[in-house]
Amino acid sequence: MKFKDSLIALIVLGICLVWAVIDGGAASQGIGSALRLMTPLLLACLAGLYSERAGVFDIGLEGKMLMAAFTAASVAYLTGSAWLGLLAGIGGSLALSLVHGLASITFRGNQLIAGVAINFLASGLTVLVGQNAFGLGGRTPALTGAGRFQPITLPFADALRDVPVVGPIYSGLISGNTILVYVALLLVPVTWWVLFRTRFGLRLRAVGENPASVDTAGVSVTRLRYAAVAICGILCGIAGAYLATGLSAGFVKEMTAGRGFIALAALIFAKWRPWQALFATFLFGLLEAIANLYPNLDLGFITIPSMFMNALPYILTVIILAGFVGRAIPPRAGGEPYVKER
Amino acid sequence: MSLIKSLLAGSALTALTTGVAFAEPALIFDLGGKFDKSFNEAAFHGAQRWVEETGGTYRELEMQSEAQREQALRRLAEVGANPIVMTGFAFGDVLTQIAGDYPDTKFAIIDMVVDAPNVQSVVFAEEQGSYLAGVMAGMKSETGTVGFIGGMDIPLIHKFECGFAQGFKATQPEGKVVINYTGTTPAAWNDPVKGGELARAQKSQGADVIYAAAGGTGIGVLQAAADEGILSIGVDSNQNHLHPGQVLTSMVKRVDNAVYDAFTAGTDLEPGVKVMDLAAGGVDVAVDDANKDLVDAEMQAAVDEAKAGIASGEIKVHDYMTDNSCPAS
Repeated sequence: MKFKDSLIALIVLGICLVWAVIDGGAASQGIGSALRLMTPLLLACLAGLYSERAGVFDIGLEGKMLMAAFTAASVAYLTGSAWLGLLAGIGGSLALSLVHGLASITFRGNQLIAGVAINFLASGLTVLVGQNAFGLGGRTPALTGAGRFQPITLPFADALRDVPVVGPIYSGLISGNTILVYVALLLVPVTWWVLFRTRFGLRLRAVGENPASVDTAGVSVTRLRYAAVAICGILCGIAGAYLATGLSAGFVKEMTAGRGFIALAALIFAKWRPWQALFATFLFGLLEAIANLYPNLDLGFITIPSMFMNALPYILTVIILAGFVGRAIPPRAGGEPYVKER
Repeated sequence: MSLIKSLLAGSALTALTTGVAFAEPALIFDLGGKFDKSFNEAAFHGAQRWVEETGGTYRELEMQSEAQREQALRRLAEVGANPIVMTGFAFGDVLTQIAGDYPDTKFAIIDMVVDAPNVQSVVFAEEQGSYLAGVMAGMKSETGTVGFIGGMDIPLIHKFECGFAQGFKATQPEGKVVINYTGTTPAAWNDPVKGGELARAQKSQGADVIYAAAGGTGIGVLQAAADEGILSIGVDSNQNHLHPGQVLTSMVKRVDNAVYDAFTAGTDLEPGVKVMDLAAGGVDVAVDDANKDLVDAEMQAAVDEAKAGIASGEIKVHDYMTDNSCPAS
């Protein structure tokens, strides 16, 4: 890995380290919070990564997450099982993915417009169905007990608690999250392996760069792109389910609050690569956690308001896009529907 | 041709009759949505109470975006709805512009003052209700630190914050109030995930009672507080029942009374500024079955004392919006 590529990772670890030295207690809480805030972003970012690497731009991450959050919360409430909720979340998101695929792959429509339509569809449909089903104005009733993903304690977490350095990190930060956080983290190496070490991944990347060559080799562009869009739907489904049944206890209208778009920013920031996606989303989560803990961050010589911290992910993305820290070049065939014959 | 003619005549007739015969009142909900378990929902309950008592009907509209405000108001005024009640400060600018165009229609705006001969401006003394909530938080807090989580960062919400801080400082002069705002865009009203994280962050800074004035975001705050085993304070509607025994109280703002009164007054709605303060029953702290175990006699006495003090003018609760500053922070 080149130095420039590991820059984000170094920045993130640097912030964590400095914070831990200055105020250990707050840092431990803040980094824990960052981890929770990162998870939906990371899942959505990886979802976008699959889709965009295959040449299908996806503005609709937000809508898919929203739909998943709604179906997950509804089913978890009705069945009392967070796992069935997760399945329903994946199902809801996958359905929208298929709509996206149908519009932009089969019918060769504009991918961005299809994505925007999905956002509108999800925003309206969740409230409409929710109001009809529960009569709470689009909210779902509050989830309790097994209807939510509870934090799990990893093995040896209690035994290691008093060991210096390792103890607080392992017991306080790594242990005690819901299972979906570990799923999200695990998906990073899995995504890297799939994309860069398997035949499927090679073809997926090729279809995003030069679909004609893939087609010439006798591999179906349509099938590959549908597969990518479906994986995108599954990951968005997990992200939405985590929002509704892991982080909070039920669905509230528009509860994704722009996270799908921040995930897109993170995807550009990470230049469409899985490990960088992990660090980019963690950086964004960390910035939000810092803004939450210190609404007015006093650095001694200057006071930074929380608004600036909240805007920082976007500012950083613009800087990256402007090419100051290496250029972010999207997959070359991205946004273009593949036309086999004219 | 004759068919079109009769259709036209028919529609003209219906338009006329709706305009003259039924002066239906109308209610417009702001972006938080009708069932936000909070501000807009309270308005809805007021309208429903009027329906149950009079058997009348009313028109309603829910805003979906900022751009719809003017269109919605004009549309309702043109179909003859009267009076038109709107919830939320955000209607202020639009109403100022259009009120003059419909001199025969009465408007009522909640949470904002619009100076026009056919507009009733209903404002609540949120600082007084929040002061009482602050007193209760001060009595309950063992750590000497309490939290405030606001929705969108606007002066109106600072008014809640400032009243709360004053009440808390009156009980615990050395205490500390941790203050967070969810955001600066309307999305800040509907982000329970961020609300929950803010509540956890405040708990880590020692807060053991958290007051949420944040619409739908507050649902996440109350949930996280209940999960973390600390107390929360709801807002606008009575939210005590959301987590029985874990919500200390709710600062209720009787938006329902304001809407009910406006609907009852009908076309005779009196223009001018109507202040719904503690004395007028406009604001209060809710005590019911869900939180009665949390409120002991001592706390109730303190609240009653504060109420009497505010009523007699002995306690002056500063209103943030008069000078955009707060003496307590």
